Amino acid sequence: MSIEVTLITGRSTSQGLGLELGKHSEKYKRGVASCELNIEDMKVLGVETDDLIEMSSECGSVVLRVAELEQAVPRGVAFTPNGPWINSIICSSTSGTGMPRYKGISVKIQPVKEGLVADVSSLVEADKSDH
Amino acid sequence: MTINVYDNIVCPFCGCLCDDLKAIISDGKIIDVKNACIYGLTKFLNYSIERSITPVIQGNNGRDNVDLKTAVDRAAHILVKSKYPLLYGWSCTSCEAQRVGLELAEEIGGVIDNTSSVCHGPSTEALQDIGESTCTLGEIKSRADLIIYWGSNPLQSHMRHLSRYTIGAEGRFRKMRDDRTMVVIDVRNTYTARVADFFYQVEPNSDYELISALRLALRDEEVEQDEVAGLSKDEIYDLVNMMMRCDFGVVFFGLGLTMSLGANRNIDAALSLVRDLNMRTKFLIMPMRGHFNVAGADVVFTWQTGYPFAVDFSRGYPYYNPGDTSAIDILLRGECDASLIVASDPVATFPAEASKRLVSNPLICIDPHLSITAEAANVAIPSNFVGIESAGTAYRMDTIPLPLKKIVDPPEGCSSDVEILEMILHRVRELKR
Repeated sequence: MSIEVTLITGRSTSQGLGLELGKHSEKYKRGVASCELNIEDMKVLGVETDDLIEMSSECGSVVLRVAELEQAVPRGVAFTPNGPWINSIICSSTSGTGMPRYKGISVKIQPVKEGLVADVSSLVEADKSDH
Repeated sequence: MTINVYDNIVCPFCGCLCDDLKAIISDGKIIDVKNACIYGLTKFLNYSIERSITPVIQGNNGRDNVDLKTAVDRAAHILVKSKYPLLYGWSCTSCEAQRVGLELAEEIGGVIDNTSSVCHGPSTEALQDIGESTCTLGEIKSRADLIIYWGSNPLQSHMRHLSRYTIGAEGRFRKMRDDRTMVVIDVRNTYTARVADFFYQVEPNSDYELISALRLALRDEEVEQDEVAGLSKDEIYDLVNMMMRCDFGVVFFGLGLTMSLGANRNIDAALSLVRDLNMRTKFLIMPMRGHFNVAGADVVFTWQTGYPFAVDFSRGYPYYNPGDTSAIDILLRGECDASLIVASDPVATFPAEASKRLVSNPLICIDPHLSITAEAANVAIPSNFVGIESAGTAYRMDTIPLPLKKIVDPPEGCSSDVEILEMILHRVRELKR
């Protein structure tokens, strides 16, 4: 089962605190490598809080944890805090503005059992080894 | 035990630059900070977490701890050798450091860009097209009776914005919560939306359509559709009437507008709406600037070069063309061959493809945090925290300059961004002789 939704990225409290507590802190990892979904969309996917999902855009895919819904998201919308995890599927093109689109992106979501990259350094090492 | 109390400390976290903090220092350590939000408090009490105070360079056999002079020398060699270096970041440091950064960019013929590029850069592009009706936050605190937060969630991003400047503030003429109406327009029913008098839930990527419908209604023209961007026709006319009937309205807009489909064109439309509203009443608009001195970066870049961000010195004079001379675009085209990152963590915040390009070339990082970029850098030079361990100047989101204070000593040998940049600039000039 998979669904197509519109991804919004943005500030969350754990992401904001992680900027000062450190990006290797457990609080940052748990907060940022996550995704908030509408409860109806979670039912369609058959996932609950703390289950894993794979989110795919035209520029990549990433595994995230389903987070407890803090602020209501409408059906068909997913919210994920800014950070290196979600940035692995954000397209870099700026359409001549200098700014990539971090919000309002079409993505596909499906439940998975594993694949969550546990540490931010692993993401950077993957970046380096690609070159 | 010696206890010192410092009043009127300016918080170096977000663009609010709250200037009423009280820091309590015991034997040279910050033990408490009054009046700060959770972000400010966390920064003051935990700034030493995940920190290195020793410069590091990438050698043939791994990463080596070195002294500051050696790290500066390596950084200067990289920059002098580079044909088209990128100097990026600048929003979490002082205006004094930004000024030296610009001098360095001119000296080496590089591109200097600040984090506006991936934040409110589209807003600045639109301001240059349309113009801006604006004022200080003090005027808003004293006079505004209609507060609109559009695509912004200050209760998670600028936590004291409401209490210091809008619905919770006791202004000169607007003193009570009942003296003001608050509206939130957002895709999500956010924490901020929950304390608003009215919440309008806009569909993703539809802000431009909604602003256009509001402008139509404002001009007494017919909105033909029953629903626009998720709002009914009645809601659109109600919102326009509320805007027209206020005495002093303000739109605070966030990245919900700049990062969605339309980007700078959304801001064009919002600025035009506010311009139109000024035919009926007093109305203003202001971007919710994020990092504590990103507004200062725009200001300093502008008075030094004429342009607010994405300034290219490779021609020997400043040249500005966002989308061409902006950091992400230069990285994607594979043009830059070395980077100097100051007070920013682009490896964590850029889309992966741009991050990959950044770490594939020689990378120098100056940052008090042991950031993801610092960990990936070929030369990482730790600096001290401006606003805690060194003094400087920062601009609030309404471009009011405020003094950042030094309240504790930095670790021994840990210099400020200004001092490190001046050392690099000096060494670059020596190498170029």
